[in-house]
Amino acid sequence: MIDFEKIISSFPILDVKVNDNKLVYFDNAATTQTPTQVTNSIRDYFNKQNSNIHRGVHYLSNISTEDFEQSRKKVKEFIGAEKDEEIVFTKGTTDSINLVATSYQKFLNPGDEILISEMEHHSNIVPWQLCAEKTGAKLKVVSVTKEGEIDMDHLEKLLNEKTKILSITHISNTLGTINPISEITKLARKFDAKVFIDGAQAIAHQKVNVTELDVDFYCFSAHKLYGPTGVGVLYGKEEILEKLPPYQGGGEMIELVTFEKTTYAKLPSKFEAGTPNISGVIALGRAIEFIEEINLDLIFEYEAMLLNHYNEKSTILEYYEPFGTSLNKSAIASFNLKKAHHYDIGVLLDNMGIAVRTGHHCTQPLHKKFNLSGTIRASFGIYNTKSEIDYFFDCLSRAYKMLY
Amino acid sequence: MTSVEKTQNEIVEELSLFTDWIEKYEYLIELGKDEIDFDKRFMKDEFLINGCQSKVWLYAKQNNSKVTFHAYSDAIMTKGIIALLIKVFSNQSPDDIINSKLDFIDKIGLKSHLSATRANGLMSMIKQIKIYAIGFKEKNG
Ligand SMILES: Cc1ncc(COP(=O)(O)O)c(C=O)c1O
Repeated sequence: MIDFEKIISSFPILDVKVNDNKLVYFDNAATTQTPTQVTNSIRDYFNKQNSNIHRGVHYLSNISTEDFEQSRKKVKEFIGAEKDEEIVFTKGTTDSINLVATSYQKFLNPGDEILISEMEHHSNIVPWQLCAEKTGAKLKVVSVTKEGEIDMDHLEKLLNEKTKILSITHISNTLGTINPISEITKLARKFDAKVFIDGAQAIAHQKVNVTELDVDFYCFSAHKLYGPTGVGVLYGKEEILEKLPPYQGGGEMIELVTFEKTTYAKLPSKFEAGTPNISGVIALGRAIEFIEEINLDLIFEYEAMLLNHYNEKSTILEYYEPFGTSLNKSAIASFNLKKAHHYDIGVLLDNMGIAVRTGHHCTQPLHKKFNLSGTIRASFGIYNTKSEIDYFFDCLSRAYKMLY
Repeated sequence: MTSVEKTQNEIVEELSLFTDWIEKYEYLIELGKDEIDFDKRFMKDEFLINGCQSKVWLYAKQNNSKVTFHAYSDAIMTKGIIALLIKVFSNQSPDDIINSKLDFIDKIGLKSHLSATRANGLMSMIKQIKIYAIGFKEKNG
């Protein structure tokens, strides 16, 4: 059982009042709130151990280095990776994707193919477009069905010997669809294509094991995992990371520098140029502890219950038009209300204290395909409740009545 | 006081009669539902205002020495705000439009209800209105 009172008490931000209403935070797919365990860790870091890592001989640097590397171990265990060397700290999901989409250019030739899907976040589209432009590789796009699922037949059709890398989201930030990663990976293996998974929306909502999924790369952001902004993770299989050239040059990532030639540091330092976000990485470790203490399987069950309750409520509104109706969904609900502009609804909900996202949620091509100028998105986290959902639907009807 | 400023004050006064945000928004929604003088041929990208979450198209015409503005949005609330702007700026002289202080947005207490991106959209609209006025002034010599 989840100790709900304890969870809630860790999030003082939930006491914020918006326009005299209690805040209802349904924008967890954009960013999750940070518990005091995480914010205290950031404060303590600066008050008690601020220093640079991996280079000092002194006390502060030693304990910070220790904590930083401890976080790496924690991430490794959290996602079921095999080695510390496979965990690279980045600025976030976007940064992780750019790293691979840049470094991987070395292995791409004109005519090679990169495969993504129609439901990708702009962060998993644009870096690959840049990569394709640079290398002469072609970007191929797998269709999404009207339920909002990856069209697996189309995926199979597009895969061929020229496919070098396939980059797909684990869970769609707009549709909520949980994609069948193992199945996709098996198909890709037939053609020796590498598999990159954007785990931004999955990592805080279900147990992820990169070894079981057998993916080559997996990435996520700390700020969608109840951690701080500005930190992310790139997991890559050691043998592949070994072969990839560095992404950025600078301190920390070198072994020996002369003006003629520089040799690079071993993994993972090779990909961690410059002073990293030390307090953020340590805080990410705290966020993982926080999540693990609650237990991800219980979180998955709890959020599935919330989504279920949400779906039941939504079917009562005859003017509710869902976007993304897969049966295999995470707790993300995008929708429109018949005739209403998403913006009008968003403004009215905001005034009632409800935080939702409106617009295209960084998935313009997906919205365009279904002829939508935008949607409203409610996305849930561990501190949300059924009664908040009830309040949400009351507000939704009130807003709709105000407009029509 | 310019006549633009006078109209602004009238609007501020009218809206100050409302005691809570719901009434204010209902008023905006009513305004947003009113028929407007907008020629749909202008619903083209070149008349689109950047920076709004909802789409806004805006064009201007000159009638004798006055400028009239015509705008449309796909969102009702935005249309309501546009209606207010048009009330303020339409049928005014270019000089009045260019020289007027614009504090009514703050005074009617809508800004706090608009997020930064939305406030930006509103600012882009006002900027475009002023650009039209400057254009007409230059044309008139
Ligand atoms: C599926 C997906 N990919 C990528 C991103 C980008 O994450 P970040 O902005 O943290 O780099 C997001 C977050 O909005 C996302 O939902």
